[in-house]
Formats: sequence, structure tokens, C-alpha cells
Amino acid sequence: MLEIKNLKTRIGDTEILRGLTLSVQAGEVHAIMGPNGSGKSTLALVIAGHDDYVVTDGTVTYNGKNLLDLEPEERAREGVFLGFQYPVEIPGVNNAYLLKAAVNAKRRHNGQGEVDAFEFLKLAREKMAALGMDPKLLNRGINEGFSGGEKKRNEVLQMTMLEPSLAILDETDSGLDIDALKAVAKGINTLRSPDRAIVLITHYQRLLDYVQPDFVHVLSEGRIVRSGDKSLALELEDKGYDWVREAASA
Amino acid sequence: MASENMESLVNRRYEHGFVTDIETETFPPGLDEGVVRAISARKNEPKFMLEWRLQAYRQWLEMREPTWAHVHYPQIKFNEISYFAAPKSDDDRPKSLDEVDPKLLETYEKLGIPLHERARLAGVAVDAVFDSVSVATTFKEKLYEAGVIFCPFSEAVREHPELIKKYLGSVVPRRDNFYAALNSAVFSDGSFVYIPKGVRCPMELSTYFRINAANTGQFERTLIIADEGSHVSYLEGCTAPMRDENQLHAAVVELVALEDAEIKYSTVQNWYPGDENGVGGIYNFVTKRGDCRGANSKISWTQVETGSAITWKYPSCILRGANSVGEFYSVAVVNNMQQADTGTKMIHIGPNTRSTIVSKGISAGKAQNVYRGLVRIMPQAHGARNHTQCDSLLIGSECGAHTFPYMEIKNPSAKVEHEATTSKISADQLFYCRQRGLSEEDAVNMIVNGFCKEVFKELPMEFAVEAQALLNVSLEGAVG
Ligand SMILES: Nc1ncnc2c1ncn2[C@@H]1O[C@H](COP(=O)(O)OP(=O)(O)OP(=O)(O)O)[C@@H](O)[C@H]1O
Ligand SMILES: [Mg+2]
Repeated sequence: MLEIKNLKTRIGDTEILRGLTLSVQAGEVHAIMGPNGSGKSTLALVIAGHDDYVVTDGTVTYNGKNLLDLEPEERAREGVFLGFQYPVEIPGVNNAYLLKAAVNAKRRHNGQGEVDAFEFLKLAREKMAALGMDPKLLNRGINEGFSGGEKKRNEVLQMTMLEPSLAILDETDSGLDIDALKAVAKGINTLRSPDRAIVLITHYQRLLDYVQPDFVHVLSEGRIVRSGDKSLALELEDKGYDWVREAASA
Repeated sequence: MASENMESLVNRRYEHGFVTDIETETFPPGLDEGVVRAISARKNEPKFMLEWRLQAYRQWLEMREPTWAHVHYPQIKFNEISYFAAPKSDDDRPKSLDEVDPKLLETYEKLGIPLHERARLAGVAVDAVFDSVSVATTFKEKLYEAGVIFCPFSEAVREHPELIKKYLGSVVPRRDNFYAALNSAVFSDGSFVYIPKGVRCPMELSTYFRINAANTGQFERTLIIADEGSHVSYLEGCTAPMRDENQLHAAVVELVALEDAEIKYSTVQNWYPGDENGVGGIYNFVTKRGDCRGANSKISWTQVETGSAITWKYPSCILRGANSVGEFYSVAVVNNMQQADTGTKMIHIGPNTRSTIVSKGISAGKAQNVYRGLVRIMPQAHGARNHTQCDSLLIGSECGAHTFPYMEIKNPSAKVEHEATTSKISADQLFYCRQRGLSEEDAVNMIVNGFCKEVFKELPMEFAVEAQALLNVSLEGAVG
């Protein structure tokens, strides 16, 4: 589904991704871990099409298409979803409005008609209840004054409504209380399916206790330096990143 | 009109050595007393009206163009303007929509203007527009039954001189300001509304007005009187783009609300703003003022301003009656080279008067947007209250927003609150929306409409939808 080969990107004069290779197939859940500043969010933003990042080398294909040729909104409509590490606030714009506009953008792209307003609201409320979200958040400004955890849950709400083919969640577990973490994990697990891939960027094993990854990767200084199964995450928790770095440079 | 009256006008005209032929369609450029007389004669006005115009003209001669507004434009040469042009005859108009500029029709489409209204808006000859004529006739009958007077200003001058004498200039005196004086001398036409005591006008005057929107000319004059306990909602202008050969527009609007009366005045202004370089756009210098003359009266201004090269406009309320209420809701959008200096004045005179100001300014391109507001609480206005909220939204980095709130509070019991914010549509916000599948343009529109919704909800329903579409059209290409 997603094939990244030797990806190099820079922002300004700084090279951040330095030859990253990663392959994600439909039906898989991947976890990407790695020290602060290693380039995890950069990778996510490059996949989503942020134009601050210049791709200097390498390829990214998604379902056989050159992803780098597509505008961010085209990628989204094709089923690429990014749950942001820092969701932006858009005061004054109704949260439900964006959610509906997003759902409709995708439906139009797929040749479907607009969603029925009543059905939409019903579905959104159900999903919110499952995530333990206050229904009032639907009618507030987008992320406006949301707490850290509310923002993260709002990202997951958007994801579950949009049902993406490729979901990348950038530290969606940070800042969640225990109950919220369980609810969010449940939301992610319900999305798991043979035709969908999920990439979890995280620092903590606790999310992976609930959402069991098929693969775990360690990103360090712009490259994947080690890959393994879920036991790698446990090992990391035990030994820290120095161990991986040493092993990589050895 | 009596023929001797007419004759005396014509004679006097010659006394002053004036030679303009009043039968011509357009007067030659220039302004003197003779032109004022000729306009009045051309409109068959009674003598009092001519005298009124002449006094205004003399006062105007002694006045200077104001320079305090934050707008820049080449000096207007008042002697190079023609002060009277008869509306185009049907022969000069397109015969059907097929003859209308397809670009204009495309804009109507985008704005969601109903099919049957497009022909008239595009200036198609009247007899080709069957639907709206019959609709207009129905409206006219309904209004007549309710006792509402709603007619062209020039008709009111002839048919209802008592009302005109009593109220004209009673809110905006002739010498109020340079443009008001000019308008008083040479006003072309406009609308007159009188709602009798206790009558609730049976319809939005908007619907009717729009269907009848003819060329009102560059010096429009509007007078609306809501007698005791009456209620009226009036919509001026329309979302369709309006082009005009006349660059200078100086309208005067006067509203009078007597005891327990309410006037809701909504404006959608979409004059031609000029090209990206600002060439050819309309200068719009307007004086709008409402007088809450009676106790418990209410005047509410709602405006959506997207057009004109230069807008200079401060719809105001004089809160004279005890417990009277003034409101001002405004969205002003400027793009490219447009300049807008707009705002309001709330003059609290009566006790327990209240006013609300909500101003939303949006700037894009290289445009400059100014909010200028005055809240004055007079010594006798015990318990007066004002709340002002003034928000600016910037799109891009070359535009500007400026806020000049003035407050003069001469009564210690008054409560005046002012809130102001400036925000910018950030690249991160746009990226966030695009990641959710919205195009950049849709994202901008969504953010802008969210920003304006407090004002849009004050507009009559059908126009709120159009106004929203209008904003989107006005900001096309603002990003990217
Ligand atoms: N606009 C920018 N200008 C300069 N450097 C930048 C910019 N954006 C990111 N970087 C740098 O790129 C590197 C990678 O950042 P990135 O956000 O991808 O890290 P991360 O792995 O997600 O870290 P964290 O775990 O803290 O979220 C960091 O050193 C960061 O400072
Ligand atoms: Mg990060």
C-alpha cells in the first residue's frame, strides 16, 4: 500500500529524513518509535503533503501512485489520514462543519452524494460517545480551547468518521488519561481491517498494549535503524534508544 | 404638476443664464445652480424641493472634502462629473439573457440568484421579464392594503410633500458633511418608505426592492419613516455585481423610528471594485443615519460590504428616545487594491439607551480595511450601555487592518465595553483542512464564513445564503 524508498527531505538547509525506507501493506499495523527530533513527525507530514518539506531524493508510492505528485487534499480524498501531533485551532468554525465537509469531500471524490445531515449527526454522536467525548465539542470552534486530550480524541473522531485506508497517528496517545487511552485504542482497533493500514507514532508501550502492532520500527536521525515485531517495543522500553543507536553504528 | 410652477422654474433657469437642455439624457459635466435647477425641473419637483436643493448647493460650496479617512485616491474633480443621467431606455438594453455577458451570468450562478431575477439584474429590457413584473404587482397590492407607502423618492416628493417636508434632512442635515451636502443638492432618486402607526410591514421590503432594482443613479436618497409601534425590514442593494459608469457614489439614507417602532436595515453592497490594480472601481461615500426618536424604538443596521474601490461609510444611530436600541452588524471584505474606512456611530442621548456593535473586517491581497467607531454617551443618558466587538481577519501578509475606536463618555453611570481581536488565516490551519480533504479555497471560505457568522445571522434568511456565497466569490484567488 505504502512504499517509501530512500526518502530524503530537508526543511530550509537542514536535512531531516536521510534515506528512509519503509514498506506498509494493507491489513498491517506499524509502530514507529524513536528519540525526540529524530524525524517521526516530519515523515508523517511529508506523507500528508506539507509543502514546508522539500523532498530531495527517494520515492513514495501509495497504491501504485506517486504520492508526491498529489496535492494534500487529493491524498486525503484518496484515503490518507494524518492525526496531528499538534492539532491546530480554528476558532469560529464549527467542529461539526469541518467534519461534515471532510466526509463530503471524500464522498464526492468517490462519486457518492453528500451525506444526509441527520444520519451524519447521529453517526458523529455515536462515535463521540464511544470515544468518551462530550457531545458539546461538536458545536465548538475546531479545537478551540480544547484540552490536550480532547484535541487528540477529536483527531480520532475525524479518523473514525473518514474511515481512511492509511491512517497515520502522530503521538495520538500522548496526553490521554487512562480511560481515554483505552477508548482511543478501541477506536483504532475497530478500524483495523484487511484493506486498511495503520501507522502509530508513539513513545510509549502502553498504547501498544492495547493496539498490538505487527511491526515496530525505530527511527533515528532520519533513518529507520531497526525493525522488528512487537517485542522490539518492549525491549526498547527496557533498554532505551542508546542501545539501538549503538547497535546501528556498530 | 402645475404648469405655471414648471414655467417659473424654467424661467428662473434662464435668469441664471443656464443653457442645459433638460430633455437630454445626460447633462454635460459640471455643477452650478443651473444644474441643480435643471435636475429639479427634470423631476417635476415642487418649489420647496428646489429651494431645499439650492440651499444645500450653497452650503456645499463652502465646505471642504474630508481628509481624515484612511483612504487614498486621486483628487475628485467635481466639475468633470455629470450630475444627471436618465435611466437607459429599453432600446439600449439587452433583449434577453442570451445577449448578456456570460461572465456575469456565471457569477449569478455562483451566488445562487434565482433564475427569474437574473434577467432584471442583468438589465434586460423590462417587458422581456414577465415573472418578476407580476410578482412585483402582487407585492404592491399587499403593501397598499397595509397602508404602507413604498415608492421612488421622486414620486414621494410629488405625492407626499408633507411627509418629505417634515422628515427630509431631519436626520442628516444638508450641511452634515461634504458628501451629504452634495447629495442634497443633486440627488437623483431613491426610495421612500412610510409605515403607518402600529403596522407591521407584511413583507421584507428586500424581495420587492430587488425585483425593482433599477438604476438609481449615483446620488441616491433614501428616507424611511416607521411611525409609532410599526415595524419594517428593508434590504438595500443586492449580491449581484453592480457596474456603473459613474465612479463617484454619494448616497444619503435617513431612518426615523418613532415610539416603539423598529427598523431593520440590511445592505449588501457589491459595487465594482476595479481590477487587480484598482483601476475603474467605484468610490462609495455614503451617509447613513438612523434616529431613534421615540421611546423604546430600535434601529438595526446590518451590512455586508464587498465591493467598491473605496468605501467611506458609517451607518449611525442617534438614540434619543428613552430605552431605545441601536445595533450595527458589519462584514467588510477588501481584496486586491480595495480600501474601506467604515464603522458606526452610536450617540446615546436618552436614558437607558443600549447599543451593540459587531464589526468583522476581512482583508486580503494588498487591501486596507479600517474600522472607525464612535460611542458617545451624553450627560443625560443615564444607564446607557454599549458593547463593541471588533474583529479583523487577515489573509496573506500584504494587507492591513486598522481599528480606531473613539469613546466619549459624559455620564458616569454608563457602561461601555470594547473588545478587539486580529487574527490571520495561518498556513497550518489551511494545511489541517486540506489534510481533511478540503481544497484551499474551500478552507478559506469555511474560515471566513465562520468568522462572519454572527453578522450573517442578522440578515434575512435568503440573503444570508447569498451573502455567504458572495464572500466566497470576492475572495477567489486570495490565497495561493
Ligand atoms: N521548520 C523547521 N525548521 C528547522 N528545523 C525543523 C523544522 N521543523 C522540524 N525541524 C527539525 O527537524 C527535526 C525532526 O523533527 P520532528 O518533528 O520530525 O521530530 P519527531 O521525531 O517528531 O520528534 P518528537 O518525538 O519530539 O515529536 C527536529 O530536529 C526539528 O527541530
Ligand atoms: Mg513529533
